[in-house]
Amino acid sequence: MRTLSVGARCSLPVYALLVLGFIAPLLTVVAYSFATPRSFDAFRSFTFDNYRVIFDPANTVWMSFAWSLALAALVVAILTIVAYPIAYGLARTFGRWSSLISLFFVFPLFVSENIRLYGWVLFFIKGGVLDGSLKSLGLGGGPDVLFTFGATLFGMVYVYLPFMLFPITLGLSTVPRDLVEAGRDMGASRFQIWREIELPLAMPGILIGMLLTFVLAVGAVAEAKVLGGQSIIVITHDIEIAFTYAQNWPLGSALSVLLMIIVGALSMLGIGRLDLDRILGRR
Amino acid sequence: MYSPAERPERRSGRLIWVWTVFVIVVIYLPVLCGFLASLNKSRYFLFPIRTYSLDWWQRTVESIEIAQLVKTSLLMAGIVTVVAVGIAFFGALAYARYDWRGRKTYQKIVLLPIFFPQPVLGLALLLWFNALGMQMSWKTAVFAHLVWIVPVVTLVMAIQMYSFDPALEEAAYDLGASRTQVLREVTLPILWPGIWSGGLFAFLLSWGNFPLSLYTTGADTAVPEWLYSKMVAGYTPMVPALGSMATIAAAVLMVVGGSVATVLRRRRAA
Repeated sequence: MRTLSVGARCSLPVYALLVLGFIAPLLTVVAYSFATPRSFDAFRSFTFDNYRVIFDPANTVWMSFAWSLALAALVVAILTIVAYPIAYGLARTFGRWSSLISLFFVFPLFVSENIRLYGWVLFFIKGGVLDGSLKSLGLGGGPDVLFTFGATLFGMVYVYLPFMLFPITLGLSTVPRDLVEAGRDMGASRFQIWREIELPLAMPGILIGMLLTFVLAVGAVAEAKVLGGQSIIVITHDIEIAFTYAQNWPLGSALSVLLMIIVGALSMLGIGRLDLDRILGRR
Repeated sequence: MYSPAERPERRSGRLIWVWTVFVIVVIYLPVLCGFLASLNKSRYFLFPIRTYSLDWWQRTVESIEIAQLVKTSLLMAGIVTVVAVGIAFFGALAYARYDWRGRKTYQKIVLLPIFFPQPVLGLALLLWFNALGMQMSWKTAVFAHLVWIVPVVTLVMAIQMYSFDPALEEAAYDLGASRTQVLREVTLPILWPGIWSGGLFAFLLSWGNFPLSLYTTGADTAVPEWLYSKMVAGYTPMVPALGSMATIAAAVLMVVGGSVATVLRRRRAA
């Protein structure tokens, strides 16, 4: 009998957890998406009705998909620009301050996002911190930004910053300094060094950051609810409604399957190309 | 002192500092707003605050309902930490320490739950538990947290394990140590800082998690869930008060835990 290698045996608990806690639940969702609408007959009935409802031209649920995808794309674009200089600082210029500064960016992950988003409500709301401060300074009221598309976008940029920042930092730290020095010695301009050396070498990290941010943002819901005041309905919100108020689990499952296909296809495409040993630090 | 080529470097370095500090200020601004709101004496939040008081903090501390929430959240985070560290320790060995067939695939599969929207994962787990005929409670939520937290902790530990020198283990084997002895006497002491920070991540991520708890706790309620339900309907200053307390507790734990990790690492280096 062939025995498993030590490494394979060490991976078994993780695999067991993922089979029971990730693959099985996702398969259950798939099974539910083919069940009779408004029933709980997963595994016992088979119909395409739920998908038919979604793809019916009269159904406007595609708009939620469009909103979610558009928001996610915008979040990725904005965060790449916001996070890149900070990541560069963390990887290169902050030196011994680096770890302290990273802590400041890690910490928000440990505070649940609705607490932080609610802080923004208190900041932007009429009579809140911004409005009240401006009024007491005699500058009129604060701008009316809460419960808009912009507020939702802002909330998402805010929440997903660490997920963009740390992968880019990892990517930039894999760029050998000698190479940058060599480029400079040979007379490359700073733009050339960035274009020809830093960017290509840091690209795996940047792509992970973009991918991670995108898939998380596509499934985001708290920002649209807390800060957006449901001025736009994102896809996860529709899914939640199907599961809760509407009590239509099969429809919610069919929507989830479509979302899972988008997220899964992107993740596998992106993750499949990675050399994780190189990025995470095996030298 | 500086060659002309280096001067723009310094200027951009300063710009990076300014930008970073600005972003950090923005990140902590809402936390500060919550803190201010919790110190407001009146029932409704109006800024600038007329009378500051710690009334709502006191009421929050004295509330029996909130004590129960905190107990549930702590219990969940505690169990998640112990189990996650146990599974992820071996998971990280497989990830970074051993070379084995299938490792590259394994490394990628571990990432999948992290690259997945948590609200959808929470709902999927709800369906799955339901199909199994299980009653939702804090116990099912612990399992839900593990699905997401074990991969994160595996990564945190793996990153530190990459710097581990397998030659040390081999030397111990050559000297006649058994596998358990090597694990206890060589591997574990070296890996302590990584294990510790992994555990810290597990605890804090579970403590702050909302999307997974929302669907999988059933009749039980964790702190972030309660805060959310009150934000949506029925604001009371206890919301920012409890939110600030949860934040401060997490910060204290992170600072204390982080210092312990630093001490462990120094001792290892010595």
